[in-house]
Amino acid sequence: MSDDSTALVQIRDLHFSRGSKHIFRGLDVDIPRGKVTTILGPSGTGKTTLLKLIGGQLKSDQGTIHVDGLEVGKLNRRDLYALRKRMGMLFQSGALLTDLSVFDNIAFPLREHTDLPENLISHLVLMRLHAVGLRGARDLAPAELSGGMARRAALARALVFDPMMIMYDEPFTGQDPISMGILLALIKTVNAALGLTSLMVSHDLNEALSISDYAVIISEGVVVEAGSPEQLRASESAWVQQFLQGKPDGPVPFQAAAPDYETELLGASGGLH
Amino acid sequence: MNSRAVKLMVGVFMLIFLAAMLVLALRVSNLTSLSGGESYSLIAKFENIGGLKSGASVSASGVRVGKVESIVYDVETFEAIVNLSIDTKFSAFPLDTSANIYTAGLLGEQYIGLEPGAELDVLVNSDEIDDTQSALVLERLIGQVLFSRSGGD
Amino acid sequence: MVNFIEKFGGWWLDLLVSLGNATLFLAQMLSSLPSLLKRPSLLVKEMYSTGVMTLSIILVSGLFVGMVLALQGYNILIDFGQENRTGTLVALTLVRELGPVVTGLLFAGRAGSAMTAEIGLMKATEQLSGLEMMAVDPFKRVFAPRFVAGCLSLPMLAAMFSAVGAFGGYLLTVLVLGVDSSAYWSLMQLSVSFTADVCNGLIKGAVFGFVVTWIAIYQGAECIPTSEGVSSATTRTVVYSSLAILALDFLLTAVMF
Repeated sequence: MSDDSTALVQIRDLHFSRGSKHIFRGLDVDIPRGKVTTILGPSGTGKTTLLKLIGGQLKSDQGTIHVDGLEVGKLNRRDLYALRKRMGMLFQSGALLTDLSVFDNIAFPLREHTDLPENLISHLVLMRLHAVGLRGARDLAPAELSGGMARRAALARALVFDPMMIMYDEPFTGQDPISMGILLALIKTVNAALGLTSLMVSHDLNEALSISDYAVIISEGVVVEAGSPEQLRASESAWVQQFLQGKPDGPVPFQAAAPDYETELLGASGGLH
Repeated sequence: MNSRAVKLMVGVFMLIFLAAMLVLALRVSNLTSLSGGESYSLIAKFENIGGLKSGASVSASGVRVGKVESIVYDVETFEAIVNLSIDTKFSAFPLDTSANIYTAGLLGEQYIGLEPGAELDVLVNSDEIDDTQSALVLERLIGQVLFSRSGGD
Repeated sequence: MVNFIEKFGGWWLDLLVSLGNATLFLAQMLSSLPSLLKRPSLLVKEMYSTGVMTLSIILVSGLFVGMVLALQGYNILIDFGQENRTGTLVALTLVRELGPVVTGLLFAGRAGSAMTAEIGLMKATEQLSGLEMMAVDPFKRVFAPRFVAGCLSLPMLAAMFSAVGAFGGYLLTVLVLGVDSSAYWSLMQLSVSFTADVCNGLIKGAVFGFVVTWIAIYQGAECIPTSEGVSSATTRTVVYSSLAILALDFLLTAVMF
């Protein structure tokens, strides 16, 4: 199983649509084991949807997703839940349970899934809280945490079961430089120290790329470019260059698709007469 | 709110519910007379019971002594058989006791009034009261009055 | 005209689809109930937020509804010289109808809306997704305990409402209007049957609890996860629950009494 040469997550010919909107049309992605991988792409390309597909919360229309050799879409409920225990996921908002304290939030998966004695749970939780630097905040309610602290607490919770992989959904959105730095350092050290596979979805390019070993750019439902950050920066694709450098106009036009401006203006003034 | 306080409050909630059920059972409804002490049953047949319902009270000299347990119609004698459930405290009704259906007030509910006779032997469980008088049905009464009036002329 | 019929048909189809979804949701919720036996503490917590939190409004309204019924009943009955029967009128009205119905409406407004808002916000803040990703079934952890708590709380609250209402009627008729105390209670006992009236009232309460909690949880779980979506889901909970209570009350009354 733990053959390092194979990818931990293999996505083949993935199709997914929501209503009439085709989000993925034949996506092929490999997430290498033991590395930090970033999935980049413009807003609205379905990056969060991809994480939900990997986690089995959504079902694809076509194509397969294998996680550690198991095909996510074909698992029954029990096996899916067993797989999810080995996957941690960090939501954009942290998704801490608002009616529990920070400590109880981290202890929550342990209490739900194990019958460990309370003092052992306490040790395990404090260890994780210490790792993310929130041991002093254990009695606070989630509402009393700042956004960055909530994400760190959520990271501690995602780590509590020693998962094989962690998925981060937009971990840097809306963070000040300091908490951004803390999160970056945490993601990198956690990945290295625990031998995890990290999968990150982000549009904070430079931050994400700075800690990534591998990156995939998705647009219009297919992979545009994949490789190490250096390979991406050296890409010859005009689209990739526009995306990486944040140019306002280029292959992705500044104007949303619209009828010709001249005809529209004339048409509108014609209507007034 | 810690979990002990929550448990305590839920416990109080359950107690209030039990109290409410006790009030509903013993104060508001007639569960008292169902379970309140022993009772024995008597049978009375009436030609017409008017608006008597099961649960109506049975009284003697105006004091409640029991209630109507059930009412069935006897297809052989064409009479209504009324089962009375009488409190064992009042177990010394003479054999020739009579049962009448009265109305409380002009429009009120109907109830059965027992009038003790003079015999020395007493009625026991599942005995029948022979001397019964049917309910006064207002329409029939009016009809009789009108008939006797016109007949007298 | 064709357009109108088309719209009407579409509306019916939408209604059928959402009814079907709600039924599937209910089935999944019911199948999660056995897991609750292992975790009674979850139920206690939800009994607190549905039952205990609704208690004060129920007791106060019960008292006033009982007094109002007594006042109106007394004023009408005294014309027939039957003012002794005020208690009967108050008790029967409360136990059969107003107890379960008013409790149901207040419950929908207090506990039902809170339930929808809470679950909707859990959805909007990704807490439900978070639970799923932690391999915790939201049906077992979040929905089932609330459902059972709602089904239990409402009939209990309805019983309290009726009992307090009967007491309120007593306060007014006996202490203020001067009806004889023993006449108030004994005439009441004479016409209120425990099995036919009190128990049927409790059954009504349980049915309303089932429906209101089902609507509230379903609306919360299916809401659009934005602040606007949560607020309109909360409104829908109160409106649908109230309509369902009134319609079901008619049906149940027709069957029971």
